[in-house]
Amino acid sequence: MKANIRILALVMAALLMMSSVSSALAADDGYASSYTYNYDYWSDIRESPDAYRVNNVIYSGDLSLEVPMKRPQSLFVQGDYIYVVDTGNNRILEILRDGNNFTLSREIKEIAGTDVTALNNPNDIAVDEEGNMYIADTNNERVVKVDKNLNFIQAFTKPADTTFDQSLSFLPNKLVVDNSGRVFTLATNVNKGVVKFEANGEFTGYVGANKVTYSLVDYVWKTFFMTEEQRAQQESFVPTEYCNIYMDEDSFIYATNVSFSEYDLLWDNAQPIRRLNGIGNDILIKNDRYPPIGELYWQETMTDYHGPTKFVDITVLENDIYVALDRTRGRLFGYDSQGFMLWAFGSLGNSEGVFASAISIEHMGKDLFVLDQNEGSITVFVPTEYGELIYDASEAYLKGDYDGSAALWEEVLKLNANYNLAFIGIGRALMRQENFTEAMEYFEMAMDRDNYGRAFRLWRKIWVEENIGWMAIALAVIVIIPLVLRSIKKKKMEVEAYERNQVVK
Amino acid sequence: MSATKSLSKEMARSARKEKWERYVAALKYAKYVCFHPFDGFWDLAHEKKGSIAAATTFLVLFLITHVLKLMYTNFQFITAPLQYVNVFEQAASLLLPFLILCLGNWSLTTLFDGKGRFSDIYTAMCYALVPYIVIQLPLVFISNIIAFDEAAFYTVLMSVSVVYSLALAFIGLMQVHDYSPGKTAIFVVVTVLAACIIIFLILVFFSLLSDALSFFVSIYREVAFRLY
Repeated sequence: MKANIRILALVMAALLMMSSVSSALAADDGYASSYTYNYDYWSDIRESPDAYRVNNVIYSGDLSLEVPMKRPQSLFVQGDYIYVVDTGNNRILEILRDGNNFTLSREIKEIAGTDVTALNNPNDIAVDEEGNMYIADTNNERVVKVDKNLNFIQAFTKPADTTFDQSLSFLPNKLVVDNSGRVFTLATNVNKGVVKFEANGEFTGYVGANKVTYSLVDYVWKTFFMTEEQRAQQESFVPTEYCNIYMDEDSFIYATNVSFSEYDLLWDNAQPIRRLNGIGNDILIKNDRYPPIGELYWQETMTDYHGPTKFVDITVLENDIYVALDRTRGRLFGYDSQGFMLWAFGSLGNSEGVFASAISIEHMGKDLFVLDQNEGSITVFVPTEYGELIYDASEAYLKGDYDGSAALWEEVLKLNANYNLAFIGIGRALMRQENFTEAMEYFEMAMDRDNYGRAFRLWRKIWVEENIGWMAIALAVIVIIPLVLRSIKKKKMEVEAYERNQVVK
Repeated sequence: MSATKSLSKEMARSARKEKWERYVAALKYAKYVCFHPFDGFWDLAHEKKGSIAAATTFLVLFLITHVLKLMYTNFQFITAPLQYVNVFEQAASLLLPFLILCLGNWSLTTLFDGKGRFSDIYTAMCYALVPYIVIQLPLVFISNIIAFDEAAFYTVLMSVSVVYSLALAFIGLMQVHDYSPGKTAIFVVVTVLAACIIIFLILVFFSLLSDALSFFVSIYREVAFRLY
């Protein structure tokens, strides 16, 4: 007995050592590890393997800049070029990426062929495929379009329209350009939505104004308790401005919104991320249990951060996967096209892979760039094996390769057994293969009611078809035989009564 | 000697049989209460048609129904994090409010010429639970043979069971105390307040008790410290 226990203890000790060795091996991949997580069905945080790792961080020194970056505001990627809008220095940096080498290809401070040539407080840039640049030249009150040699082509200036308050300056802050050259810009002090210009420079209105929101308390207070003078002094309820916009490949505008009340966020009235169609309606798909609002809990006193997630920028990858950047926590949130959260990572801080004040996010393929306005740095994230698997699996499913997608999701589950999307993915593939009972098991593990219901109905149909024979027999036994027996009994009694009558007669 | 013994045995058996028959009759009476609530509750309280044993049976069945519902309803229709559910806690979380509400109602109505005694109130309330049991137990099974988009069927029956039971409870209180509907409505509201006060008193009692205990414990420690 004693010997047994000793052997058991030895085995346990060996197991413990092995597990610690293997975990040490797993952790030591040579890259800084960050805390990546996802929410499960109960909206509990589930830690996960890292979806991205820091490839490198680009500082002003790495680009051999004479004047370091000062309060850079925006990033843009076109082809192999990264454009950094270095607002504080009134310039735009064009960086060429060649693998892991990032070299400064030019500094844009001035344009040619117009009266005002020097950029003044530029805030955003967009570059089309021919290399034409659209620059939000904020303090010059224009969006300027130049060709790739910086020759002036066109300027989009203050709309001469009654809907635009002519006493205000036109201060374009963020801008996107669609495939046909239309310019959409967010201007400071304009709360009617995204300002839209046609390719010829004509102002054609606003897209997707935020709804006016106010709390019931405010409304009651203002309507019933304020005097006329107080009411006149207080500003009226106005819609809030968007924070940032991004144009995806299909020319839909993704807009983020940071001014809302926390209460609205909980009930999804705030809609911090929107996908605007041509007439300005929000068509973002939200199939998850909770909407894409970033952090689900922000009242906890344990954390150093306070307040809800504020998405300061957003970028849209292939397959409508979008990544939004939270300035409250310096955190990146990835969502797929159906609104399911893929992962979240990143925090505030001073080391590699965390941010002092993250302001802009862009992507090149699957790699992510995050601009830090205080540090004047660009952090380059590349997906890990785990991150790649998630992307590949969802892509395979979208392409219709269900078996391939299931195999990839199995790989994901090996790395993270808490990943709900993988269970759903495998379940959907199984359902396509008409393996309904197993599909139901996977959907139940992911607590996916809709898909479970779908698989269940198909399974039930088959089950009923297979078992209709004995079910009919059972029905006959239960219902028809008692009926027959009863009628026989009745007949018998009638006969008896008749016979009795005969006897009496 | 043996004759008297067998006779007494016989009597005991017949008494037991009679008791059992009365119990079964009291159980069966629930059907009459459900479909003729005004008559049913009146006779329940004033003609002794029900029994406390039967009532307690219904209460236990009610708790069992609740637990079975949590455990065996298909996940499509219930969002209980089963890994955190404690069956006894769940049962107690229904039983205690039930008893406290009965107590609260009794302690008020007895002051405002309610005719019902505590046992009458308890019996009536337990009989009012019957529709909940009768509808929800089959629903646990049904939830496993319907899909999520057929949920309308399930939710309608679910709410019918609750509304039916609440209506029965209301009529039950009315008949037991011989109150008018308006007065019953007022007393339902006041009963909830009374229940809150009872809970408050229980909490105060236990906190004072623990204070008193800790006082004596600290005296003992002090004395022990001085003596040694």
